[in-house]
Amino acid sequence: MEDALTSSERKPWRDGQETPFIQVSNISKMFGDFTAVKDVSLDIWKGEIFCLLGGSGCGKSTLLRMLAGFETPSAGTVRIDGQDMSGVQPNARPTNMMFQSYALFPHMSVEKNVAYGLLRQGMAKAEAADKVSDMLKLVQLDGFASRKPHQLSGGQRQRVALARSLVKQPKLLLLDEPLGALDKKLREETQFELMNIQDTLGITFIVVTHDQEEAMTLSTRIGVMNAGQIVQVGEPREIYENPDSRFVADFVGTVNLFDGTVEVAAPDAMRILTGAGPVVVRPVEGLRAKQSVSVAVRPEKIRLTREPVEAANAMRATVLDYAYMGGVTIYKVALEDGQTLKVTSTNGDTGDVPITWDEQVHLTFPAAAGVVLTS
Amino acid sequence: MGRRWIVIALPMIWLGVFFLLPFLEVARISLVDPVIARPPYSALFQDGAFTGDLENYAFLLSDSLYINAYLTSIRIALISTVFALLIGYPMAYAIARAREPWRTILLFLVILPFWTSFLLRVYAWIGLLKGNGVINNILIWLGVIDQPLVMLQTDFAVYVGIVYTYLPFMILPLYANLVKLDGALLEASADLGASSTDTFLRVTLPLSLPGVLAGSMLVFIPAIGEFVIPALLGGPDTLMIGRVLWNEFFSNRDWTVASAVAIAMLALIVGPVLWLQKSMERA
Repeated sequence: MEDALTSSERKPWRDGQETPFIQVSNISKMFGDFTAVKDVSLDIWKGEIFCLLGGSGCGKSTLLRMLAGFETPSAGTVRIDGQDMSGVQPNARPTNMMFQSYALFPHMSVEKNVAYGLLRQGMAKAEAADKVSDMLKLVQLDGFASRKPHQLSGGQRQRVALARSLVKQPKLLLLDEPLGALDKKLREETQFELMNIQDTLGITFIVVTHDQEEAMTLSTRIGVMNAGQIVQVGEPREIYENPDSRFVADFVGTVNLFDGTVEVAAPDAMRILTGAGPVVVRPVEGLRAKQSVSVAVRPEKIRLTREPVEAANAMRATVLDYAYMGGVTIYKVALEDGQTLKVTSTNGDTGDVPITWDEQVHLTFPAAAGVVLTS
Repeated sequence: MGRRWIVIALPMIWLGVFFLLPFLEVARISLVDPVIARPPYSALFQDGAFTGDLENYAFLLSDSLYINAYLTSIRIALISTVFALLIGYPMAYAIARAREPWRTILLFLVILPFWTSFLLRVYAWIGLLKGNGVINNILIWLGVIDQPLVMLQTDFAVYVGIVYTYLPFMILPLYANLVKLDGALLEASADLGASSTDTFLRVTLPLSLPGVLAGSMLVFIPAIGEFVIPALLGGPDTLMIGRVLWNEFFSNRDWTVASAVAIAMLALIVGPVLWLQKSMERA
């Protein structure tokens, strides 16, 4: 477990000393007139769980399929462990893929499904059988070896698919929505299982998902995609705390956006004039006065109180609605100019009467809570 | 409940009236003696007594003509089925993998021959295969051969006729099966390191076996009883059971032996077909 921690603490992308294990350079894919992937460049280091996050049709699956060799890039190159993959067929690549539909061979038992890849590379049957049984133990499916896929539950099928794609010890494992078909509880359990297996085997994972929570939990880094392009790459915390565009701020988590113009662009303080009044943020380089920007503030960074509180930013609002979630309550409030905001407040710190509908409240947040977005 | 019963009863009544009753009638005729009368067979019950016997069946066994005809029929039907499969599988595969609108066009072309008379199409083959027919003329003109090849009135012509006629019955069920094949399975196979030959032999082919079986049945069963094709394209040696049946009925006017031939043929086919279906269900 300690080893696992240290390996996930490794952050080679920060210093750039180590050579990237996977180098995607200026890759594009056109289907007729439609550009599915547009000039994507990406470096991924050994041992990472890299999540490609985006909505449907953003090109994330096409990018994954180009890494697997199922699609030929219209332009650009892919290198895996220094080796150029141009013209290398899927069956000759050091990658394996876990398909969204699992794509288990319905006429073969679990054992035969998992052994398939080993036998195709010419491994002796006895050796393959040993590896298969080790792998089935790892995914907790020992005892299911002779079942057919249709005799398994969804979660079990998912683990067979995982075992089958891992058993050849690929340099790179590609996972297309690996948990998409599982129900919520099973998905959460499986996320941690997946991380443990990845730590045990040390294989580099690239995961395609549309679920931002899944991406947050699993990944060392996230690449957020939109309209065929990678819009931001970073560690989960970086993506959440410092989104660099309105799209990322909105796609990853919930966000309140204040649109406005830069009023004072001084080195020590910065005010953005918005419809809700001036918003004070930490100074950002490269902004000029009168420039149109948005300020993104996460719901949990705003404090909601009955009495006024001293803070860099203070606003008055009316509670429109709230949802009690147990640990937290999510408030929907209206500012004086009509803009609605979402505010999350943690329950259980006071014995006060909870704030409820139509109450006049004070919203406060520090300058550090606002992220200035120019695009 | 009442409505459901009607839904099941309708096909049952249809099959009973138009299949089971005629079949029982043929079975009855196969058990009685021929007489010179109209109809040309005796009654199964005379003065309340059962008069049927298996004499006609014993006759089938006593004359090697019938056994040979059965064996020839099975051989010709089997070989034709194998060729129809070898030709039909790649065609069905190609159609299933074709993109629209090609897929629809190709499927239409497979069905197109049904729009002309079956008899005309078999006659057309006479024109193609005969001594001074199209194929011989072209081969002589090309200088490939000096003398016309004898193709008509041989087993070869019967194979050509059966394979040609029944090919759509092979292609359509195979197509229906192959078009459902999940492309992700083929990708998964390639991803795990299999060559395209391996993928075909280990994934595509095993998964298409129900289609192979259905297509083979649809060719094999009618081919065994085929009468028109061997009569028009085959020679005097091509003695298939359908021709024997025709001769018994219309030349000999021996309805009782003819009925025995028909029932024996049915029994011969039903056994293996049931066995095959059972083994497919288990797989």
